[in-house]
Amino acid sequence: MKVVEKNIQEVVCDAPNSQTTGEKGLALVKYLILGVLFGIVFVKAEIISWFRIQEMFRLDSFHMYGVIGSAIVTGIISIQLIKRLKIKSIAGEEIKIPKKEFRKGQIYGGFIFGLGWAITGTCPGPLFAQIGSGFTVIIITLLSAIAGTWVYGKFSDKLPN
Amino acid sequence: MNQFIDWISQPWPWYVAGPMIGLTVPALLILGNKSFGISSSLRHACAICIPAGIPFFNYNWRKEMWNLVFVLGVLIGGFVATTFISNPDEIVLASKTQADLTALGITDFSGLMPSDIFSWENLFTAKGLVFFVLGGFLVGFGTRYAGGCTSGHAIMGISSLQWPSLVATIFFMLGGFLMTLVFLGPLMKLVGF
Repeated sequence: MKVVEKNIQEVVCDAPNSQTTGEKGLALVKYLILGVLFGIVFVKAEIISWFRIQEMFRLDSFHMYGVIGSAIVTGIISIQLIKRLKIKSIAGEEIKIPKKEFRKGQIYGGFIFGLGWAITGTCPGPLFAQIGSGFTVIIITLLSAIAGTWVYGKFSDKLPN
Repeated sequence: MNQFIDWISQPWPWYVAGPMIGLTVPALLILGNKSFGISSSLRHACAICIPAGIPFFNYNWRKEMWNLVFVLGVLIGGFVATTFISNPDEIVLASKTQADLTALGITDFSGLMPSDIFSWENLFTAKGLVFFVLGGFLVGFGTRYAGGCTSGHAIMGISSLQWPSLVATIFFMLGGFLMTLVFLGPLMKLVGF
């Protein structure tokens, strides 16, 4: 059994949506609730803290490695269970995980993101939780991150990939 | 009830937070056949607000509204946790990190973020330019170039045993180590710490 399905989507996205039926209005509330829970965990485990990211990159604390590592282990077990037990989505569809193709961007872009991660102390998820936690100046970081995304989109065909 | 609030107000250990974050992966797959990934929200924001005829932003973003609703939830979650179950004590930091950061000019270790850096007063200064504008730009540009961030690659990608995501994650870490251990000191000196 293949763990990874071939990606047939035109748009290659890092958060692909394989559901065939559209969702609007109230159907989206479940993602809001999931997001709220996720945001609470980010704050309570102090993942949104610039200090914790500094500790991680200075190898002074196991905390962040424990968080990311145990999240991955939980994810691996969950996906294996979904595959082996052929669990379907609540809409009754077969669960698909599009394949991520290797590109040079994962090296160059990954490295560039790493530089930014250590400066800002945040990846895109915690950005939103930081703003919600009252660090409102992070709105500027968010706008700048959106600008960075836009500049990548503008020049994506000229960059090595 | 008060006891419960006190209990969850303490910082949560990694072995509670990590599995909860990991469970987002099957939750999204089962709720809506969706792969976990957060940096996509930045791309959707571009596609909605400033597509400018760029092919990279020309796609059916309406189908991806769930992702923006999810990050709105993360923002609300941040507010809820900070307002109702915030840790009353100062953050407990590894003493070596604290000493290193003190040497770099950080003086405030009371909150989750150092107010020496992350305050509105710094917005139109060299500090703001580096920590908000440059830092944010690198995060947005880098994650999109890499096709994902910590959630899309490190958690979702590695969880589904995809080696390109492992490569991306290794380079996230390399960039972070290099910035923290080599560039951050001189950069902070440059902006007036």
